[in-house]
Amino acid sequence: HVDTAEVNPSHSNMSAPPHPQPPAKGASHAAGDFSYVGIDAILEQMRRKAMKQGFELNIMIVGQSGLGKSTLMNTLFKSKVSRKSVVSTPEERIPKTIEIKSISHDIEEKGVRMKLTVIDTPGFGDHINNENCWQPIMKFINDQYEQYLQEEINIDRKKRIPDSRVHCCMYFIPPTGHCLRPLDVEFMSRLSKVVNIVPVIAKADTLTLEERDFFKQTIREELRANGIDVYPQKEFDEDSDDRMINDKIREMIPFAVVGSNQEYQVNGKRLLGRKTKWGTIEVENIAHCEFAHLRDLLIRTHMQNIKDITSSIHYEVYRVRRLNETNGQPNAQPPNTLDSNIKYIMIHT
Amino acid sequence: MAATEIARQAGEGARAVPLAGHVGFDSMPDQLVNKSVNHGFCFNILCVGETGLGKSTLMDTLFNTKFEGEPTQHNQPGVQLKSNTYELQESNVRLKLTVVNTVGFGDQINKEDSYKSIVEFIDTQFEAYLQEELKIKRTLHSYHDTRIHACLYFIAPTGHSLKSLDLVTMKKLDSKVNIIPIIAKSDAISKSELTKFKIKITSELVSNGVQIYQFPTDDETVAEINSTMNGHLPFAVVGSTEEVKIGNKMVKARQYPWGTVQVENENHCDFVKLREMLIRVNMEDLREQTHTRHYELYRRCKLEEMGFKDTDPDCKPFSLQETYEAKRNEFMGDLQKKEEEMRQMFVQRVKEKEAELKEAEKELHEKFDRLKKLHQDEKKKLEDKKKSLDDELNGFKQKKTAAELLQSQAQQAGGSTTLKRDKERKNIRLQ
Repeated sequence: HVDTAEVNPSHSNMSAPPHPQPPAKGASHAAGDFSYVGIDAILEQMRRKAMKQGFELNIMIVGQSGLGKSTLMNTLFKSKVSRKSVVSTPEERIPKTIEIKSISHDIEEKGVRMKLTVIDTPGFGDHINNENCWQPIMKFINDQYEQYLQEEINIDRKKRIPDSRVHCCMYFIPPTGHCLRPLDVEFMSRLSKVVNIVPVIAKADTLTLEERDFFKQTIREELRANGIDVYPQKEFDEDSDDRMINDKIREMIPFAVVGSNQEYQVNGKRLLGRKTKWGTIEVENIAHCEFAHLRDLLIRTHMQNIKDITSSIHYEVYRVRRLNETNGQPNAQPPNTLDSNIKYIMIHT
Repeated sequence: MAATEIARQAGEGARAVPLAGHVGFDSMPDQLVNKSVNHGFCFNILCVGETGLGKSTLMDTLFNTKFEGEPTQHNQPGVQLKSNTYELQESNVRLKLTVVNTVGFGDQINKEDSYKSIVEFIDTQFEAYLQEELKIKRTLHSYHDTRIHACLYFIAPTGHSLKSLDLVTMKKLDSKVNIIPIIAKSDAISKSELTKFKIKITSELVSNGVQIYQFPTDDETVAEINSTMNGHLPFAVVGSTEEVKIGNKMVKARQYPWGTVQVENENHCDFVKLREMLIRVNMEDLREQTHTRHYELYRRCKLEEMGFKDTDPDCKPFSLQETYEAKRNEFMGDLQKKEEEMRQMFVQRVKEKEAELKEAEKELHEKFDRLKKLHQDEKKKLEDKKKSLDDELNGFKQKKTAAELLQSQAQQAGGSTTLKRDKERKNIRLQ
C-alpha cells in the first residue's frame, strides 16, 4: 500500500501515553475497591457518538495560481476533492476578481464519516495590482463566523449548528528560496489573527535540501520579526506536553511539500510521485519532501486541535468584537425589540 | 462575496468521494476522546425521594465509595437540596461527579410545595449555564457544568401504586430533567408483588402523561440492550456497602436471618441493570439529552419570556446587542457606584482615624501637663527641704561659733580643768 514513510508517532498525541494522572481526591480508592464501576465506559460511548455524528472539516487554500494547490489537496485526501477535479473549465482563466469557491465532499474511512469542504481562492495574488486581495478572503472567513453566531443566538436553534467556519487556511509560498514576499507577509499578518494559518512551501522539488533549510529558516525569522503567529500558535499550548510536541513542529514549519496524483513503480512498490529524467520524487518519503509531516499534522494528530482553536478562540474573538460593536446601523430598531430590551433591563436590575 | 457552491447534487449537497488510500482521519474519534480525557468529564445526578429510602447508600454502592456524612433527620421544615461534588478516577478517566440530594422530601405535613425547590434548583443550574453562554467574554470549554444530567426518582416500596406526591413531582420534572424511576429498598417486596407493582407504576406514569427517560435505541450497537432495559423500568434496586462472604467471595449484600440479598445478583434485584444503563452505556446520552433537549427548552422559554423573537434575521443580533450594551452600561454604572462607595468609605475612615489621633494627642498633652505639675511639686518640696536643711545647718554653725567664743572666753578667765570640764560638757551638749 502507499503508506511507506509514516512519520514517527512520537509526534502524535494519539499514541502518546495519557498524561500523568494525579491520584484522585475524594474516596475513589476506598478500601475494598476491587469492583469495577465502569466510568471509563464513557470513552466508548463518546466514540460511538462521534462515529454516528461524523466530523466536519473546512480547509481553505490560498496562493497564486500554478503552485499546485489543487494537486496537493487531492494528494492529502487521496481523492479528487479539489475544485478543478469537479468542475471542468474549458480554459483556465484567471478571474478578474478573487473568487471564493467552496466544494464539499463526504468521505468515509473505517466507519468514520467526514464532511470535507475545500475552499479555493482563485485569483489571489495573480493580478498586477494585488492590493487588498486579502479582503474578500477575510470577509468570507468573517461571514462564516457571522453565520455561526446568528444560528447560535437564535431562540429556536438547531441541535447541531452546521459548522462552516474555516478551520485551517493553507498558505502556499512559492519556492523562490530567498525570503517571503511583501504579499505573503501582508496576507499572513492579517489573516493569522482570525484563522489558523498553515504555511507550506509549494513545489518544493525545485529546492535542494540546503536551499530548503535556508529558506525555511528565513521564513521563520521573517514570521517572527513580523509578529505572525502561524499554527500551532505558541500562546495556545495547553500544557508542557503540548508545548514539547508543538515546539518540535514549530521548528519544522513551513513544510516543504510536493503533491502528485500519479503513481509510479519504485522498488517494486507503487508510490505516489513525480517522475523526472533524473529520478522519481516520492511524495510520501520524508527524505524527499515533507508531505507526510503535513498530512500527519493536519489530519492524523492535530485535526481536532485545529478545530478547537477555531471554535474556542478565533470564533470567540469575533463574537466578542461583534457583540461589543456600537450600533452603527442605519435602520432604527423596530419598537417591539426596544420594549423587550427595556423589559430585559428591568428584569435584571 | 459569499462563496459559490459548486457541484451540489440533489439531496445532501456534498458528494460522496471514494478514497484511493489511507488518509488517516479515522483517528478523529481518538483525537476527540483524547481531548475529553485530558479535560475530564462531569456528571451530575439528582436523587429525589423521601428520607430513609436509601438514596445515599445507593450512590455509595453505585460508585463504590463512601460519599458523605450521616443520615439526615426527618424534621426538616422544607425541602432543601444538598449537593456534593466528588472527583473520581478510573484508569485514565477523571470524573467530576456531583450528587444532589433532596433533604426532607416527603417529611412535611403539607407537601404541596415540595416539588418547587427541586424545580428551582434545576432551573438555577440551567440559568447559570445560560448566563455563561450569553456572556460577552465567555469560557464555555472550561465551565463546570452543574446541570442535572439524570434524576433518580426513588419510589417507596409499598407494593401498591405511586403516591400522589410522586406523580405530581415527576410530572413537574419530566420536561426539565431525565427521570429514571427506581423502586427503592426493593428487598421488601416479593417477586410476584414486584411484577405487579412495576406494571402498575408504568401504567400510572403513562396515564398521567409523565415522560420518563427512555434509553436510546437508534444506535445499533446498543439498541437491543437498551430496548430490553426499557422494558424493565422502573428498576427495583437494593443498595449496600457491606460485604458478606458467599461461597468463597466477598460480595455486597444485605444479610437477614432468612437469607442474604446480593446486590449484584440479577436474580435478586435490578442494581446491575441500573449501573449498566446509568453509567456504562448511556452516561454520554444522558448528558447530551440534557444539553440538547432540556437545556434548549429552558433557554427557549427564558428568552421568549424576556421578549426576544426570531422575527427577522436583522433583528436578532441588534436586539441582543442592545441588551449587551445595556448590560455593559449597567455594569459600568455599578462599577462607578462601587468606586464612589469605596471613596466615601475611605474618606470616612480617614476622618475617623484623624479623630482618633486627635484624641490621643489630647490625652498625651494632658498627661504631660500632669507630669509637669507633679515634677514641679516635687521640686518645690525638695527646695523646701533643702531650705530647712540649710536653716538647720546655719543654726548649727551659729551655735558652734557661739560655743567656741564662750570657750575662748572661759579659757582666758580661769582654771583649765574647769574649762576642760566645761569644754567637755559643751562638747557633749553640742553633740
